[in-house]
Amino acid sequence: MEVFLVSLLNGLVYGMLLFMLSSGLTLIFSMMGVLNFAHASAYMLGAYFAFTISLYVGFWPALILAPLLCGLIGAAIEMYGLRRVHKNGHIAELLFTFGLALIIEKCVQMTWGLVAVPYRVPAGLDFPLFSVYGTNFHAYRAFMLLISALMFVSIWLALTRTRVGLIIQASLTHPEMVGALGHNVPRVFTLVFAGGTALAGLAGVIGGNYQVTEPSMAFAMGPIVFVVVVFGGLGSLTGCFIASLLMGLIQTFAIVLDYSLADLLKQLGITITSSTPFAEVLSVPLPRIGALLPYILLVLILLVKPRGLMGTRDT
Amino acid sequence: MSADADTLPRVTAATADVTPPRPFLREHWPWLAAILIAVVMPWFFFNWSTGRHSGFVLTMLSEIGLMTIFALSFNMQMGHTGLLSFGHAILFGLGGYCTAHALNAIKDGGLWLPTELVPLVGGVGGLFFGILFGYLATKQRATAFAMITMGMGELVAAAALMFMGFFGGEGGVSTNRVTGVSLLGASYSSSWQVYYLIVVWVVICVVLMRLQTMTPLGRMANACRDNFERAQFVGYDPRMVRFYQFMLSGFFAGIAGGLYAILYEIVTFDTVAAPKSATALLATYIGGAGGFFGPILGTILVVLLQSGVSLLSNAWLLYVGVLFIIMVMFAPGGIVGLIGAHAPIARIGRLRELAVPYIRVLIPGLFTMLGVVALVELASFTTIGASQGKKLAVGGLAVDTATALPWIVAAAALLLGGFWLRREAAAFRRRWDALMDEAKAQGAAV
Amino acid sequence: MRRKLGLIPAAMAAAGSLGFGAAALAQGTIKIAYTDPLSGPFAQVGDSNLKQFQYILDYINSKGGALGKKFEIVPFDNKSQPSDALLALKSATDQNMPFIMQCSGSNIAAALIEAVDKHNERNPDNRIIYVNCGAVATELTNEKCSFWHFRFDIHAAMKAETMVRALPKDVTKIYLLNQDYLFGQSVQRDVKEFLKKLRPDVQVVGDELIPLGKVKDFSPYVTKIKAAGAQALITGNWGPDMSLLIKAGMDAGLDIRYYTMYAHLTGGPTAIGPGGDGKVRAIMPFSENIAVEEKNAEVEAWTKAFRDKHSFDFYAAGFRTIFEFLQAGVTKAGAVDATKIAYALEGLEMKDFLGHPAIIRKGDHQILSNYYVGVFKKGVKYDSEKTGLGWATEATVTAKDLDQPSTCKMKRPK
Repeated sequence: MEVFLVSLLNGLVYGMLLFMLSSGLTLIFSMMGVLNFAHASAYMLGAYFAFTISLYVGFWPALILAPLLCGLIGAAIEMYGLRRVHKNGHIAELLFTFGLALIIEKCVQMTWGLVAVPYRVPAGLDFPLFSVYGTNFHAYRAFMLLISALMFVSIWLALTRTRVGLIIQASLTHPEMVGALGHNVPRVFTLVFAGGTALAGLAGVIGGNYQVTEPSMAFAMGPIVFVVVVFGGLGSLTGCFIASLLMGLIQTFAIVLDYSLADLLKQLGITITSSTPFAEVLSVPLPRIGALLPYILLVLILLVKPRGLMGTRDT
Repeated sequence: MSADADTLPRVTAATADVTPPRPFLREHWPWLAAILIAVVMPWFFFNWSTGRHSGFVLTMLSEIGLMTIFALSFNMQMGHTGLLSFGHAILFGLGGYCTAHALNAIKDGGLWLPTELVPLVGGVGGLFFGILFGYLATKQRATAFAMITMGMGELVAAAALMFMGFFGGEGGVSTNRVTGVSLLGASYSSSWQVYYLIVVWVVICVVLMRLQTMTPLGRMANACRDNFERAQFVGYDPRMVRFYQFMLSGFFAGIAGGLYAILYEIVTFDTVAAPKSATALLATYIGGAGGFFGPILGTILVVLLQSGVSLLSNAWLLYVGVLFIIMVMFAPGGIVGLIGAHAPIARIGRLRELAVPYIRVLIPGLFTMLGVVALVELASFTTIGASQGKKLAVGGLAVDTATALPWIVAAAALLLGGFWLRREAAAFRRRWDALMDEAKAQGAAV
Repeated sequence: MRRKLGLIPAAMAAAGSLGFGAAALAQGTIKIAYTDPLSGPFAQVGDSNLKQFQYILDYINSKGGALGKKFEIVPFDNKSQPSDALLALKSATDQNMPFIMQCSGSNIAAALIEAVDKHNERNPDNRIIYVNCGAVATELTNEKCSFWHFRFDIHAAMKAETMVRALPKDVTKIYLLNQDYLFGQSVQRDVKEFLKKLRPDVQVVGDELIPLGKVKDFSPYVTKIKAAGAQALITGNWGPDMSLLIKAGMDAGLDIRYYTMYAHLTGGPTAIGPGGDGKVRAIMPFSENIAVEEKNAEVEAWTKAFRDKHSFDFYAAGFRTIFEFLQAGVTKAGAVDATKIAYALEGLEMKDFLGHPAIIRKGDHQILSNYYVGVFKKGVKYDSEKTGLGWATEATVTAKDLDQPSTCKMKRPK
């Protein structure tokens, strides 16, 4: 019970962090079809911007300013870069963002150096909030949960209750029709890309001091974000939300459950010895492959359901 | 409508048949020239004073050779079948692992196979894993396929670190190519013998892959790429087409992996990891995915960037990024597409008129490039290089990065060059459009 | 053992065609090719080593170098890939360099050992020595040992023994958490072995392997460690796997002793932060405070000068011992010839730069030198990465204590 409760909290926090990162990408990916490899770079930029801004004016202004800055950069990228590449197809767009990721990484190294920067949790949130069976639950983690929940609600409201949101939703499925109705689809695209980048930036502000702010953080977070988005399904914010939580919880609980396939087979009356074929594979305990489970799930779901969990259209 | 779709490929096939066979030399001279260059290339770097080949150059050329096979096998999926794979390296790397184990078995006497044929083991390994992974992955197409291959790539890369038995963990599987079993009596202890072995295999694989594009399967792959619904109407199962292409491409990727194992005599987990897959994608796209020659050019460029420029500047990844962005923005067809765009103008015989506009664009272009490179190097030097105790020197002259002068010069070169380039580019565009219109009027454009 | 440029004729040709200027190298220096990641996500590993090498070499050269020649380091970026490290080896042998040096990644080290062996066997007129400055997998000087490989850092089993010896008497429950690959598995195995031998009273309450560089959130592991009731955690993790683990532990208020192998390297102190006062321990060949504690004014002044110049920790000052060994080796050999130098180096016994005895064992070419267990705490003279905290020595293990047997069967060339 003790381990279960703490793991549940851990999984929730990690899942929500994943959601913050991937909600922006799911908008960009669903709407523009761009496999944005630079998304995790925006996450990194958000963290670094927040670090620098918080040196001068403190954490709270940085919480607003850094995502805005990321959003502006995103808008510029869309207007002067992606828009021109769009006509050359999806692979061109993908390589464009790939090149961008390389450039951003080097620029970050040149500006802030190669070493991790001391970006720390604000003093006002640096205390244990409550304690579950002796394990502290840090106030900052509660703050992360709060921000990401707010984020989910506000994106959801913006998409379903505002005019712009409805146009965006319509453009997700029928961009030509939206254009024919006289809406400025390119501007909607810019807005979505900027918004998505700003969300990644926000995730960076929140996640950068929770984890470590260093030039390899984008590289480390890149693939898992794609897994969440594709698993959740294109065009579905709810799918992305569920996928994030699922990934967070699965990875957390996999670590706690010390079982392997061999144990399962033992229950069925088959004993694995070192001479059994594939003994090495069968006796790998779950915690050792915990971080790989998302990829296994991704492959499995796409084989069965190419749209992902709750996707509204084919990927 | 469906009758049209049905007869179309046959018509093209028939027209191809009735064209009179052209002399072998005239049709294939670029390929023969390429082989000739590949054969004489190492001797340009031969050190006559010590009587030694340059090991670095030979290794780099060998790397270009095997990466060519790898990129072309990738293009069997991407360019010819429209399948974007993010995990192509798993076929390459697994082929390499199989080859390394085979070489070790030969050394132990458990297996008899001349070194010349050892890459075939990699090919068979690649084919086997191509069947295994391809059977699953080709159930889907487009983005779902891309994501499945990405997931598989991550899984195999992680497994390579975890399972000692087959992959040897982090240390990889090391081997020795000098097995003493050879058809030609060569020992393969020196790099040049390995290089020529690789050249021969590259030629064989390139010819085979080229021929494959002309088979009905190769043609159907193109059809599935361009319009998979129509391909279905014709009566082919696009899934099986995808599957066969994946399998075959696994075979060739495996051969490339086998050559890798012979060249480096060690196979480690990074042969199956994502960066290797990315290299194939980048090489293919930069060279031009549409044609057959493109990936070869792209590979040469990418390997030179990775192994050459990285020696000169630790900001090389930034240059690679800039190159990609420029390529996708201005040359979506890759290098081959860029060259191909000149064909209509060449056909009306007025290519010469572009020479002056080209030179006029090239000068400000170089200026801008120098400005960018200078700025990047200055910035990279102040944050990273200076504390390594190095001194920045241009042409033997030490540059003091603390003063404003070099920065101003670099920024000025960039700004002036940029503006100048814009002007010249506009002028070039006008000239180009005029010539293209001319070509269209004469019916030389397709 | 953490992971993750020189001009040769070919690069010159490439450079020429690309429009870069290529400066000719000064003649008559003893060149050491150095290959580690210098670009990409792990660039800081090679970068910070390079900075410290440069400073040390200036010192060695000011002492006259060897045979009247100065040492020169020529960097090659290997991008954490064995194949690129082998390419660097080719460049080095093309230029007849007598040494190739590499610090990070036992996989790359294993590849280099094999490649150097084969190269030297196939090209007896153009041999090269591999100087290993930090790839610590135990097998490299045991089953995989080579005449051409000299390891200037103690190996994983010795580090494991150091940790076990440093465990206080009242710690009886420990938790093992390591990365799931060659090095991490080796730490896991060796620690357990030495616990059995030296501290049979200690109980291993948890033993975990994590996928390398894949875990983004360590809180579940912290929960497990807590639930297991461990008093100390022993980990060989490096890089993000180490910093995230300690950070998660601090956040959750996991108040145990953290025994790490690499918390003292660049980025580690920043990740631990002021909250880790007195909790984290790392085993290391040197920290700037050791000179203060041992009242070695010369070394203190020397390291302080580095800090004044570069404003970052001089944790790798121990590399000076490497270069002093190379200096002595070349001088003893009397010629810049790899075979002669290798014979001169093996069995060489001298004082390390702190004045303690050090030896390159003849049997396996493994260095034995003093090793220290430092604790990260407030109130030391030199702090790390401007955190206000620094490493204070808690225990010292002498070279003699570390003299573990080796299974190496070395083949010597003529």
